[in-house]
Amino acid sequence: MLSEHNWVLSVGTFLPLVGVIIMLFLPKADEALTKAVGIITAAATLAVGVFTLIQFDYGRAGEMQFVANHEWISVIKSSYFIGLDGISLPLYFLSMVITLLVMIYSWDHVPSPGNPKAFFILMLVLQTGMAGTFISRDLILFFVFFELVLLPMYFMIGVWGGENRQYASLKFFLYTMFGSALMLVAFLALFFKTGAESFSIPFLIENGLNISRTTQIWIFGGMFVGFAVKVPMFPFHTWLPDAHTQAPTQGSVILAAILLKLGTYGFVRIAIPILPEAAKAWAPYIGALAVIGIIYGALGCLAQTDMKRLIAFSSVAHMGYVMLGISTLTSFGMNAAMFGMVAHGLITGMLFFVAGSVKERYHTLEIKRLSGMLLQIPKLGWIMGFCAMASLGLPGLAGFWGEFPAILSAYQPADGLPVEVFRAYMVIAAIGTVFAAGYLLWLFQRTAFGEPTAEFSPGHGHDEDIHDVNKFEWLAWSPLLIAIVVFGVYPQLMFKVLDPAVGVTLKAFGG
Amino acid sequence: MLAAATEMTETVLSSGWFLENAWIIPIIPAISFALIIFFGKRMPKKGSEFGVASMLGALVFSAGAAYQWIQRVNGAAEGAYIAPIVKTWTWWQNDGVSLGIGQHVDGLTVTILLVVAFISSLVQIYSLEYLRGDRRYTHFFASLTLFSAGMLNMVVAENMIQLILGWEIMGLCSFMLIGHWWEEGANSRAALKAFFTTRTGDIGLLTGTAVLYFAANDWTTKTLGVSGFSIRGLSSWALSGDPSSAAITVGAVALFIAAIGKSGQFPLHTWLPDAMAGPTPVSSLLHSSTMVVAGVFLVARVYPVFFEGLDILGSGANFIVIIGGITIVIAALLAFVQTDIKKVLAYSTVSQLGYMMMGLGAGAWLPAVFHIFTHAFFKACLFLGAGSISHSSSHHSFEMKKDMGGLRKFMPITFTTWIISTLALCGVFPFSGFFSKDEIIDNVGHNGYNVFMIVGLTGAFLTAAYMTRATYLTFFGSPRGASAGEHHEEEGHGAHASHDDHAHDTHGHDAHASHDDHASHGPHESGWLITAPLIILATLALSSGFLNAAPFGHSWENFKKWVEPSAEVINPTGIAYVTGGAGEARISSDEPTEPVVGEEAQSGAPLAAASGEEDHSSEEGHHKSDCGTKTPVDGVCVAPQLNHAPFKWSKAGLSMLIVFAGMLSSWILCVQLYERKNKKLVGLTERNKALGAGYKFLVNKYYLDALYENVIVRSIAHPIARGAYWINQNILDGIVNGAGTSAKTVAGWVYRNVDQKLVDGAVNGSGNAAQAAGGALQPVQSGKVNMYGALLFGSAAIGALILVIINT
Repeated sequence: MLSEHNWVLSVGTFLPLVGVIIMLFLPKADEALTKAVGIITAAATLAVGVFTLIQFDYGRAGEMQFVANHEWISVIKSSYFIGLDGISLPLYFLSMVITLLVMIYSWDHVPSPGNPKAFFILMLVLQTGMAGTFISRDLILFFVFFELVLLPMYFMIGVWGGENRQYASLKFFLYTMFGSALMLVAFLALFFKTGAESFSIPFLIENGLNISRTTQIWIFGGMFVGFAVKVPMFPFHTWLPDAHTQAPTQGSVILAAILLKLGTYGFVRIAIPILPEAAKAWAPYIGALAVIGIIYGALGCLAQTDMKRLIAFSSVAHMGYVMLGISTLTSFGMNAAMFGMVAHGLITGMLFFVAGSVKERYHTLEIKRLSGMLLQIPKLGWIMGFCAMASLGLPGLAGFWGEFPAILSAYQPADGLPVEVFRAYMVIAAIGTVFAAGYLLWLFQRTAFGEPTAEFSPGHGHDEDIHDVNKFEWLAWSPLLIAIVVFGVYPQLMFKVLDPAVGVTLKAFGG
Repeated sequence: MLAAATEMTETVLSSGWFLENAWIIPIIPAISFALIIFFGKRMPKKGSEFGVASMLGALVFSAGAAYQWIQRVNGAAEGAYIAPIVKTWTWWQNDGVSLGIGQHVDGLTVTILLVVAFISSLVQIYSLEYLRGDRRYTHFFASLTLFSAGMLNMVVAENMIQLILGWEIMGLCSFMLIGHWWEEGANSRAALKAFFTTRTGDIGLLTGTAVLYFAANDWTTKTLGVSGFSIRGLSSWALSGDPSSAAITVGAVALFIAAIGKSGQFPLHTWLPDAMAGPTPVSSLLHSSTMVVAGVFLVARVYPVFFEGLDILGSGANFIVIIGGITIVIAALLAFVQTDIKKVLAYSTVSQLGYMMMGLGAGAWLPAVFHIFTHAFFKACLFLGAGSISHSSSHHSFEMKKDMGGLRKFMPITFTTWIISTLALCGVFPFSGFFSKDEIIDNVGHNGYNVFMIVGLTGAFLTAAYMTRATYLTFFGSPRGASAGEHHEEEGHGAHASHDDHAHDTHGHDAHASHDDHASHGPHESGWLITAPLIILATLALSSGFLNAAPFGHSWENFKKWVEPSAEVINPTGIAYVTGGAGEARISSDEPTEPVVGEEAQSGAPLAAASGEEDHSSEEGHHKSDCGTKTPVDGVCVAPQLNHAPFKWSKAGLSMLIVFAGMLSSWILCVQLYERKNKKLVGLTERNKALGAGYKFLVNKYYLDALYENVIVRSIAHPIARGAYWINQNILDGIVNGAGTSAKTVAGWVYRNVDQKLVDGAVNGSGNAAQAAGGALQPVQSGKVNMYGALLFGSAAIGALILVIINT
C-alpha cells in the first residue's frame, strides 16, 4: 500500500450515500432542511476531495495511490479494488466540485414538479456513481458504478425534464444500456480469455497481451460501443441532444461535465491499456469517427434553433477533439484529451448553467425570440460571451489546451498508425475550429447583441422574471469561471498531474 | 524617443533592465484590463485612467527597451550578430515537451513594441474625448487595453504558442471593439465577420505551427536545446538545410494563409472595410499598428521559414509576392468607389499591407518592416483625422459626398495633419512614406521581381489618385450636408434637402447619445485631446522616415543598422539558451565568426559613404554571407542574407513623377466631376456600358462578399447544416427509433406466436425476472422500459456471445 490514507477514497465516494440515508428520514415538507443537508453532504464530500488533493503525492502521479484491495464477490473473482492516479484525480475531483455547485444552484432553481428531497437524493447517488467509476481498479466494480450512474440520471430527465422528457429519458436509458451490455460481454470475454482469474485492471493489462490480435479486436469492439455511446461518438450520439434538451439544467450540467467523460475515461483507463494491439487496429477508425463528429456536430449546431440543443450538439464536436487526441495513442494526444475532458466539463457545464438561467428568465430558448440580452441582463450576457469564447478554444482560456494539442498530436500519431491519414484528420479538425467560432459567435450575436425582441421588451409582462445573475448563481458559477481562466493561463497545473500517469498508461506503446 | 539614442556609445555589447524585462510590457495592460473590469465603473474616470496609465507605462518600458537595444547595437562592431535577449519559463509540459512562455527581444521586437505602445497611448487619449459619455465607456477601455496587451504579447513572444495567444486575444478584442455598438445589427454582423474571417485564416496558423513543430523539433532540440515552437529555433532550423522541402513549404504556406486572414490580404480582405463599423479610435488602432499588422509581423518574425519554404529570391514569383501584389491593386481600385471616408482609408490600409507583404515576399525585409513603422503613424493620423471630422463637423457621418466638403476652413489643424499624412501615404519626398514605400518598390525590382515593381508603381499612382479624391471631397469644394450645417449663407436648396435627409438618419454608425449636442453647432475644430494626438502623429508622419533615409547615405540608415538581423553564421553555443536568469548579452565570441565580423567592420563604413553603385557591388562582393543560399557547415544561421538596392535619384524621381501624375489627374477629374459638374463626365458610368460594368464590379467589391456570404457561408449554415441535421434526425435517429419500434413489433409477434403458443412455460421464469427488475421503473414508464431493456440487453448479450464463440 502506498499510503496510510487509503480510506479517503472510500469515504469520498460513499459519503454522499450517508447523506442520502439521513435525508430519507427528513420530512418531505421541510424543503430548506433537506436542501441544506444535501448541500452539506456535498460540501463534506468535497472537503474529503480536497484532503485527497492535498495528500496526493504529485511526485508519483503516475502510480496508483490510496490503493485499497479487499475481497468482494469472490465467486466471480471480483474484488473491491480502488486507487487513484494522475488520470483519475482531475475527473474525480471535478465530479465532486460539479455536484456541489449544481446543488448550490438548485437551492432556488428546483425544476418543476418540485420535490427537492428526491431531486437532491438523486444527485447524491449520482455523485457516488461518478466518483466510484473514476477510482475503480476492478472491471466489475467499474461496471457497477458505471451503471449506477444511469438510474438517477434517467429519473432526473424523466421526472424533472421538459415536455418531451419521457421519450428522451427512455432513449438515454436504453441507448446507454445497449452499449453497457456489449461492454459487459467484452469484460466477460476478457476475463475468460485471461484464464478467468481476476477482473483487476493491472492483472488484465499484464495478461491482455497474450490474447490473440483478432480476439483483442473483437473484445475492443464490444468496449468501443459501450464507451462510444457514452462519449458520445458519431454515429452513436443521437441520444445526447434529446437528453440534454429535455433534462433539467442540473441534469444537463452533470451530463456534460462528468457523464460524458465516463466514456472517454473508459477508453484511456481500460480499453487501450489492456488491449494495445486492438487499440492500434481501431485507432484510425476512431480517429475518423472523431473528426466526422467534429464537423458533423458543428453542422448540427448551425442547424439548431434552440440554444440548449445547440450547446448539446457542440458537445459532440468537442468530444470529437478529445477522441482524436486519444486515437493518436501518443501521450501528447492523450494528455490533450484528458485536459480537454476537464476543460469541456467546465466550459460546457457553464454553458448549460447559462442556458438554464436564460430559460428561467425568458421561458424559452428559441434563438429567434431572444435578442439584446446584453441590454436586459448584461452580466449573464457577458458570462455567456465568455463561455462561448472559452468553448471555441480561445488561447488563455481552458478550452484551447484541450483543442490545440489534440490537433497538434494528430500530426504524428503513435508508431504503426497511418501518418497521412492522421494528418488529414489534423486539417479537418483545424477546420472544425472555424465552425466552432461560427456557431458559438453566431449564437452570441443573435441572442446577446441587438435590441430585445418586442415580446420581451420592458412593459410586456416579463419584467419580473428578467433579472440579472443572482447570488446563488454567482456562488455556483464563479468557481467554474475562475477555473476556466486559471487552467487557461497556467495549464501546467493539470498537465503535470496528467503527464506521468498517461505515460504509464501508454507503456505498451513504448511511449 | 529614438532620436535621443542615435549618439554612439563605445561600450561592449550591452544589455539593460528594460531589455531583460521586456516581457513585463504586455503584462502591464493585461493587469490594467483586470482592474478596469473589476473596478473601472467605480473610478472617477470610469476606468479610462487605468487604460491610459497602463499604455503610458508600456510606452515608457518599450522606449527603455528600444533605447537599450540601440545601445547594444551601437556598442557592437558593425554588421556583427546581435543576439536577441531570450528568456523563458515553463508554461506547460506534455510528454516531455516543455513549452515556455517568455520573451524574444531583438530589433524587430523593440520596433513594433514601441510603435504599438505609442499608437495605443495616443488612441486612448483621443478616446477620452471621442467616446465621452458613451454608454459602454468602461467596456470600451477594457477591450482597448486588452487588445494592446494581446498585440504586445504577440510581439515579445518567445515561441509560436505564445504568439498564437496574443494573436487570438486580438481576434477576440477586435470582435468586441468592432461590435462596440452592437445594438445595431450591422455592427454586430461586422464584428462576427471580422472574427470569423480571421479565424478561417487561423486554420493555417494551427496546422502550420503543428507541421513546423514536428518537422523542426528534433533538430532544434539537438542543436539549440529549444523546442520546435521557438521563434529562434524555427528561424535557425529553416536555414540549416535540415528541413525537407515538403514540410517547410507546407508550413510556410499554412502560416501565410493565417497572415492573409489577419492582415486583410486578398482574398480574405473583405472583413477589413466592414470593420469600420467600430468606433473610429478602434479603426485607427486596429488598422495602423496592431491587428492587421499581425500577419505581416508573423511573416517578418519567422522570416527564414518563408524564405526557404517559398523559395524567396529563388524565382521570379512566389505565393507571398503574388498575394501582396494582387492586394495592392485590387484594394486601391476599390478605394475609388467609396463614399465613406473611413472605407477609403480601410482599403488604403489593405493596399499598404499589400506593399508590406510584397516586400517580404520579394526579400525586401527591412523596407517592409520600416513600412510597418512609418505606416503606423500616418495611417493612425488619417483615421483619427476622419474621426475628428465626424466628431466635430459632420454629425457623426463619414459620408464624404453627402456631409463633407470645404472643411479646410473650419478645421485647420485636422486639415494640416491630414495633408501631411496623405503626402506621407502617397510617398512624396521627404515624408516618411517615401522612405519606406519607395524602398520596397525599389528592392522588389532589384531582387528580380520586375513585374511586381510595376505593380508597386501602379499602386503608387492609384494611391496618390484616390487620396487626392478623398482629400478633395472632404476638405475642398463647397460644404455639403452636415458640414454645411448652420451656415445658411453657403447652403443651397439641394444641400438643405440632403441635410434634412440626414436628420432622419439613425445617426450612422458613429452615433452616441451624448454627442447630440453637437448637432446645433456648425463644423468646428476638435478639442485638444483630439488634436494633440493628430499633431504628434503628423509630426512623426513627416519625420520618421529620416530614421532610414537611404538617399542621404549609409550613415542615415540607422533603422537598418538597429533592426535588420545579421546574416552571419554563428556557433550554436554562441546563442546559448538563457533560462530565467540574466539574459546574457553576447556577441558570438566563438572563433569561426570572428574574421567575418572583422571584415564587416573594415569594409562596411568606408563603402557606405561611397556612391550607390559601389555600395551595391560591395554587397554582392564582400558582405554576402552564405546564409539562405548554402547550408551552414560550422554553426547556424538566424537570418538569410538579403540584398539592398542602392538608392538612385533617377528611380526615386520616376516614382515621384508617377505619384504627382496620380495626384494631378485625380484633382482635375474631381474638379470636373464634383465642382464643375462636367456633363461629359457626370453619369459616364451610366452611359458607357463597359465603364458601367467596371464600376458595378467595383461597387460590389468584386462580388467576393457575395461569394462568401451568400454562397459559402449560407450554404454551410443553411442547406449543408440542415441536411446534416436532417440525416441526424431521420436516418441516424430513424435507425434508433426504428430499432425500438421493430423490436417492439418483433416482441409482440414473438409474444403472440412463439411465447404464447410454443414455449410459454419455458420462458415464464426469465420473463418474470425481467418484469421484476423493470418493476422499479414502472411508475414512470408504465412498463415499457423493462420490455425494451430486456430485449435490447438480451439481443446484445446473444450477439456478444456469438462473438466470443467464433473467436474461441
